[in-house]
Amino acid sequence: MSTITLDTVRKVYAGDVEAVKGVSIDIADGEFIVLVGPSGCGKSTLLRMIAGLEDITTGEISIGDRVVNKVDPADRDIAMVFQNYALYPHMSVYNNLAYGLKNRNMDKAEIDRRVKEAARILEIGDYLDRKPRALSGGQRQRVAMGRAIVREPAAFLFDEPLSNLDAKLRVQMRVEIKRLQKGLGTTSVYVTHDQLEAMTLADRLVVLNGGNIEQIGAPIDVYDKPASTFVASFIGSPAMNLLKVKGDENGLSLVSGKGLSGANAFGKSAYTLGIRPEHMSVVEAPKGDGNSGVDLEIKVNVLEPVGAESYIYGEFAESGEEIVVRVESHSTYEPGQTLFLRAEPKDVHFFDAETGARIES
Amino acid sequence: MKRLQIWDHVILLSGVFFMVAPVVLAFITSTHDAVTIYRSGLQFGFGDQGLQAYEDVLFRAGGFTKEVNGLVMLKNSLILGLGFAIGKIVISMLAAYAIVYFRFPMATFCFWIIFSTLLLPLEVRILPSYEIVQQLGMVNTYQGLIVPLIASATGTFFFRQFFMSVPDELTEAARIDGAGPWKFFIDILVPLSKTMMAAIFIIMFVYGWNQYLWPTLITTDESFFTLVRGIKQILQVWVGAQIPDYDQIMAMAILAMLPPVIVVVIFQSWFVKGLVESDK
Amino acid sequence: MKKVQFQSRLIPYLLLLPQLGIVGVFFLWPAAEAVRSSFYLEDPFGFGSTFVGFDNFIDTVTSTDYGRVARFTGVFTFFVTALSLGIALLLAVKADKVLRGASSYKTLLMWVYAVAPPVAGLIGILLFDQHVGPIVDLVAMFGWEMQVGVSYSDTAIAMVVAAVWKQVPVNFIFFLSGLQGISKSVQEAASIDCRSGFRRFWTVTFPLLAPTGFFLLIINITYAFFDTFGIIDVILKTEPGNNPVTLVYKVYLDGFRGNDLGGSSAQSVILMALVFILTIIQFRLIERRVHYT
Ligand SMILES: Nc1ncnc2c1ncn2[C@@H]1O[C@H](COP(=O)(O)OP(=O)(O)O)[C@@H](O)[C@H]1O
Ligand SMILES: [Mg+2]
Repeated sequence: MSTITLDTVRKVYAGDVEAVKGVSIDIADGEFIVLVGPSGCGKSTLLRMIAGLEDITTGEISIGDRVVNKVDPADRDIAMVFQNYALYPHMSVYNNLAYGLKNRNMDKAEIDRRVKEAARILEIGDYLDRKPRALSGGQRQRVAMGRAIVREPAAFLFDEPLSNLDAKLRVQMRVEIKRLQKGLGTTSVYVTHDQLEAMTLADRLVVLNGGNIEQIGAPIDVYDKPASTFVASFIGSPAMNLLKVKGDENGLSLVSGKGLSGANAFGKSAYTLGIRPEHMSVVEAPKGDGNSGVDLEIKVNVLEPVGAESYIYGEFAESGEEIVVRVESHSTYEPGQTLFLRAEPKDVHFFDAETGARIES
Repeated sequence: MKRLQIWDHVILLSGVFFMVAPVVLAFITSTHDAVTIYRSGLQFGFGDQGLQAYEDVLFRAGGFTKEVNGLVMLKNSLILGLGFAIGKIVISMLAAYAIVYFRFPMATFCFWIIFSTLLLPLEVRILPSYEIVQQLGMVNTYQGLIVPLIASATGTFFFRQFFMSVPDELTEAARIDGAGPWKFFIDILVPLSKTMMAAIFIIMFVYGWNQYLWPTLITTDESFFTLVRGIKQILQVWVGAQIPDYDQIMAMAILAMLPPVIVVVIFQSWFVKGLVESDK
Repeated sequence: MKKVQFQSRLIPYLLLLPQLGIVGVFFLWPAAEAVRSSFYLEDPFGFGSTFVGFDNFIDTVTSTDYGRVARFTGVFTFFVTALSLGIALLLAVKADKVLRGASSYKTLLMWVYAVAPPVAGLIGILLFDQHVGPIVDLVAMFGWEMQVGVSYSDTAIAMVVAAVWKQVPVNFIFFLSGLQGISKSVQEAASIDCRSGFRRFWTVTFPLLAPTGFFLLIINITYAFFDTFGIIDVILKTEPGNNPVTLVYKVYLDGFRGNDLGGSSAQSVILMALVFILTIIQFRLIERRVHYT
């Protein structure tokens, strides 16, 4: 168990692809960190640099108090779980788990003890003699986890370990990974592009975009106060609605109609306004005062019931800007119908229209 | 629908007849004695000689050559087939491993040198190849017979393709598990390649066994003759003979084809996989 | 090559050493030697050689004999390729279709792959033999007196038949695996869109097989040029006389029997250029095959 420190880590691939652009993170002992971001944002690259599978172009990575830039992967005291599991197809489950320990010339009895212990924790004791081919996806996933556990490493590294599982199994394994990690207390870095997985697993989220960190924070903080329009639209599902706002000496106004007023406190000519779909309510008529909160008038396009709740996909008549609203289950709205929506001030976010950065009000 | 199927079978059976009949005919005829065959042509029913011709070819020194018997040729054919197949697999696996899994300055250059051999079959450079082997004193040796045939990069090309298809994550997992280049090769890559090795082995064994032109040039000492090489000898006897030993000629043909055919039929699925996937 | 690579100064060279050594000694050296001697005229008594520039090439391509051999090689290649591809395609389509006995047919149609070309030639001359060959007897009933080894065209026919017999299995294997690689759903979609089986074959199956077909075309041309050496040598009973021979056989004849080193080398170099082109095309096709599948 140990801390991991990344200090302005950069990665430039051959052909001048700058995949990671100076990332610094301090990971505490026993912490579960999730790197999340869209595909191609550099998550895997960053993780693989921690593992030692990829050279670090500039910057420094330490595990514990040892700088590991030049240390071989096998000597970094880490374990990694891969998306496609990367089990050795010709070895039995037992040997898959034992291989790394054998290479360290560990005592046979100790290897056996560790393998049996991991098998017990993961409930794969019955398959130890099987080849990976003869296992289901979920079982393979467990074996891959087992291979990490037996090493009793300072840190676990996961690269989208659940992506190859079906939806139900994914939820199940997600819970199990969390339970396991808390039980073992091993520092973990987990890569995923699935924001739900990230929210549920992380002690702290690191949201990456184009090789840069957009935001680091506890999942609920990131949800409550997204640092940018990028984070706002990436975390939360369906994504936060982002609407254009004009600012001038008279105050603020929505590009799509009225319903918003207030002083232009920051003196800019354009803002982006963010409201989550779950933070609007349907009202009989606009409150009209506009002083606190936002009043919107939209046209319903589609109503999408998902069971526990329903979503309205609508647009503004004036500009065609689209909007998603969560409403109660069993609601009935007709396409073409006009609706009035209301959002409270605490649920309204402002972002700089140019940089996308959050503006605290 | 039903009638259509019948026609399919008729066509397929004609195909089978075209492929099988000549060999069956040769085998049946080989159970007759030479004079009978000379008088009344190839035979359609078994004769009274049984497998006598095979015994003659295999065990009686001087059936054709007056010096060595078929058993020696069989041994030489096996040496050529096995030596070629094993040598080729070992050498091309090592080379393919270097090319696919290592980063080194001359990689591209080495790659092109090796793959240029695919451009020129032995037949077009036969004369200088022969002269060089002669200069090296390798005429009438097993090395001279086998090693120059290994020069072509077909095997290397095949293993390269296969290694490229092995997921990178496996190498990464092995590196994290503390396996260096040798350990990875022995513990992971070779076991993973087993099926491929078997497939290539069969193709190469058949290829080596069936070599004709090269052994014809390189072995003039009859104790190095292979069965296929022995055919050349039969022809020379044949041309001068009053009544050619038709029975033994056919026995020889059957014997020369039997081992590779058995291997291909028994290991059919591996062999087909190897052939189709190696594209050569 | 690979995303993950090992780094070592020594190991890759050690691994490559055996292969590079063999390639250097038994491939590059002879190939260079062939090119070199194609520009020299060897003294018949072995007293050195003189540089003659392109004379050997000019002599070669302008000789009437070479023209005749080249023409025959073309005709031979055409018939061997067309017949063995055609027969194999027909058999593969049928073998893919039948339900009963499919695997027996497969085995029975492919085992000849393992027969050596000279053995195929040997069986060939027995079937076409003046004294004992049943084929000679058969065609005699139609008034055709076949004389393999004496008549130029009859010998050519025997060569083509033996060469086709030997090559059908390879083509069959590739076509069949190509057919089996066509996804079931595509075939089902086609059978909904098109009632006529024959039309379906030409409009759906055949185009999907085309990459395999092109690839095999190159393989077959290479086969007809080079790998038929054994068949031809045996059918000629190693004495060509007035009978047809292919370009490769002529290289061998002139080099080993005729002792015309320069001429033989010049012919080798011409063939090298030809194979070079064929192989480049073949590589292109391999790349394409990957995209198709
Ligand atoms: N070996 C490589 N060579 C060049 N570019 C690469 C390599 N690996 C990844 N990249 C590029 O780096 C960027 C980040 O890749 P990656 O870390 O795999 O993204 P993620 O895991 O977030 O999807 C991508 O633009 C990708 O194309
Ligand atoms: Mg990734």
